[in-house]
Amino acid sequence: MFLDHNAGGRVRPEVAERLSELLRSPLANPSSLHAAGRRTRALVEEARESVAELVGAHASEVVFTSGGTEANNLAILGAAAEAAHLVSTSIEHASVLRALEGAEAAGATVSILSPGSDGAVAAGEIVAAIRGETALVSIGWVNGEIGVIQPIGEIVRGVRAASNRVRVHADAVQAIGLLDVDVAAADLDLASLSGHKIGAPAGVGALVLRRGTTLRPLLHGGPHERERRSGTENVLGIVGFGLAARLARTERAAFRERAAAIKTKIGKALAASARPAVRLDPADAVPGTLSVSFPDLRGDALAAALDLRGVAVSTGSACAAGAPEPSHVLRALGCSEEVARGTIRLSFGPELSLEDAEQAARIIVEVVGAARARRQGESGAGRAA
Amino acid sequence: MRPEGIRAIVRDVTGAEPRDLAGAGQLEEGARVVAAMSGGVDSAVAAAILRGAGLDVVGVSMRLGSSSRRAEGHAGCCSLDDFEDARRTAVRLDVPHYVVDLRDLFQEKVIDVFVSTYLSGRTPNPCVLCNRDIKFDALWEWAETAEAVAIGTGHYARIRTSSEGFALHAGADPAKDQSYFLFTLTQSELARTLFPVGGLAKPQVRALAEALELPVAQKPESQDICFVAGTTYAEFVEKNAPAARRRPGVLRATDGRDLGRHEGVHRFTVGQRRGLGGGAEEPRYVTAIDAESATVTVGGRGDLDRSAFLVQDARWTSAPRPGPARVRLRHRHAPVGCTLHPSGATTRVELDAPAAGVTPGQAAVWYDGDRVLGGGWIADR
Repeated sequence: MFLDHNAGGRVRPEVAERLSELLRSPLANPSSLHAAGRRTRALVEEARESVAELVGAHASEVVFTSGGTEANNLAILGAAAEAAHLVSTSIEHASVLRALEGAEAAGATVSILSPGSDGAVAAGEIVAAIRGETALVSIGWVNGEIGVIQPIGEIVRGVRAASNRVRVHADAVQAIGLLDVDVAAADLDLASLSGHKIGAPAGVGALVLRRGTTLRPLLHGGPHERERRSGTENVLGIVGFGLAARLARTERAAFRERAAAIKTKIGKALAASARPAVRLDPADAVPGTLSVSFPDLRGDALAAALDLRGVAVSTGSACAAGAPEPSHVLRALGCSEEVARGTIRLSFGPELSLEDAEQAARIIVEVVGAARARRQGESGAGRAA
Repeated sequence: MRPEGIRAIVRDVTGAEPRDLAGAGQLEEGARVVAAMSGGVDSAVAAAILRGAGLDVVGVSMRLGSSSRRAEGHAGCCSLDDFEDARRTAVRLDVPHYVVDLRDLFQEKVIDVFVSTYLSGRTPNPCVLCNRDIKFDALWEWAETAEAVAIGTGHYARIRTSSEGFALHAGADPAKDQSYFLFTLTQSELARTLFPVGGLAKPQVRALAEALELPVAQKPESQDICFVAGTTYAEFVEKNAPAARRRPGVLRATDGRDLGRHEGVHRFTVGQRRGLGGGAEEPRYVTAIDAESATVTVGGRGDLDRSAFLVQDARWTSAPRPGPARVRLRHRHAPVGCTLHPSGATTRVELDAPAAGVTPGQAAVWYDGDRVLGGGWIADR
């Protein structure tokens, strides 16, 4: 039972099939002048169309990258001049926060705003932080840990009213699988996307760069991606991303409904247990994410116990070192140490059935109950020497 | 690796059954055990033996250092490289592996206490605290929540059952024995603890690691206190405590003569010979430290000898046992004969013959043969 979709979902079977077929076909470098090159180029451009359509962009606005991290770095380090002022929030993904630190080290100044305790970023606060030299506002559309949806449209309107020189970037990685993301309607300048959150293999993403937005590339080399991202295209990843985007576009509404049903089911099951979990999801959150806390237990140990019983969850965002860090998001929202420590994040993708979700909820209730019983037995027996 | 394969190799190299080495007699086959894996060879072999014993092994590495980067001076253990070694070992053994972040607790329970003990003129023993408050308490909380019934570590010590319950014994390899660091273990903690390499000699552990083709088989020993690796204790204390907490003061001879000034009591340990200035006709040692007045007393070899001392916060593995015993005053110190006079949480230790090395802040651990009876913290004079 896979309830860790926000860390990266499974490759969709349709994508897997298409890619294994493609692996055996004569692909070439899409920049090559021969027929094989042209055929490969056509595949890349077809995928670009599909990705653009998923988010309401024009194909020429899509720059393929190695993933969401590179897209965020490119948006922040590539879009802002060195002495610029940048505005963002304390609950962003590490690839945004660390890139902002990089920009700061290169001479930029950065304002980090704190959201309210419900995780929502107030458009007014963003606008108030804008100064004459502000070049970029970067906001996560959907937070990966607690699922809160930010009022992107309202934020952009506020920024536009305050200044016509400020660009707005949205990290839309956690949004595109569930929300009807439309970068044109939202009037965004930049948006980061990632393939493996919608069923493509990891290693591909995109930065949507609305027309008229210029960029300093991070990687230098050949004139790929209209001189915005050098390096021979990751054709397999891009094709997978394109197909996943097409599937997501047609199935998104239905999945949203099912995710909501799953979230309701799991929420009910956890609320019915002896000591209900503390729900950390705000009212305005995507249906695919449910963060809950058992403040009397260790969330990392619960996640391990669940893993060993075949239920994959996480304690927050996955970290390359494998050591769960205390969540900067929960701390920024003012959670107590106990609540942050006892948190597990459940997140679901289209492959999770309602039955499996119910089964997972039963196992969570059981594991939590057993852990509490053991810890109580322990203190009852007394540990003093 | 499959348990059967490990069992065959363990039998081949040691002549013993993994179940017997692990001391897992009372555990059911398939019972879940958390193997604490530091990334070193001892804990890797311990995890292998547990797996060979047919237990459901879950490997866990604890993140303790405040830094994740080697460059910042955590060369001793718990670096990202060590986690990588532990993870590779877990892959080789085909057991799941998790990393548990205990940095905040380690800072509070071990590092802060280390620093404040030095600042108070005593000599701390962080390894005992780490075992008591981190490995056998916080890690146990994790293990219990993760549905484990016991913890296995790579310590060189043995647990046996006796008429008085569980008994803690020295490791079979006298050069590696770590029982001194484990004296705080209670009956309920001993009941859920396994020391699979405690019955082995270090060369056997190395040979097992080689035979099992563990990725850490050739890894060098870790030395010293893990978190101060690469610096002196005094420097570490100074880096971790504001200057206002330091106690500079006077060096005084046992006859009352003023021998000059010093930069802080944390730079001294009772029994220390270095850093006291030269010029004396016979070797001089620190014989006492009074943090209150910041006075460090310096005397000759004979001034170090003590014939009795008090131990605070004394713990007994079983019921307190007054009378003759042997006491170990520091790690690797050969225990000396004594008589114990327990009284509540305090125990008075009378040595059969006066001995040097009675250092306030250090652990005194008493033994009956190779069996640990208990221990506590050496009090100020």
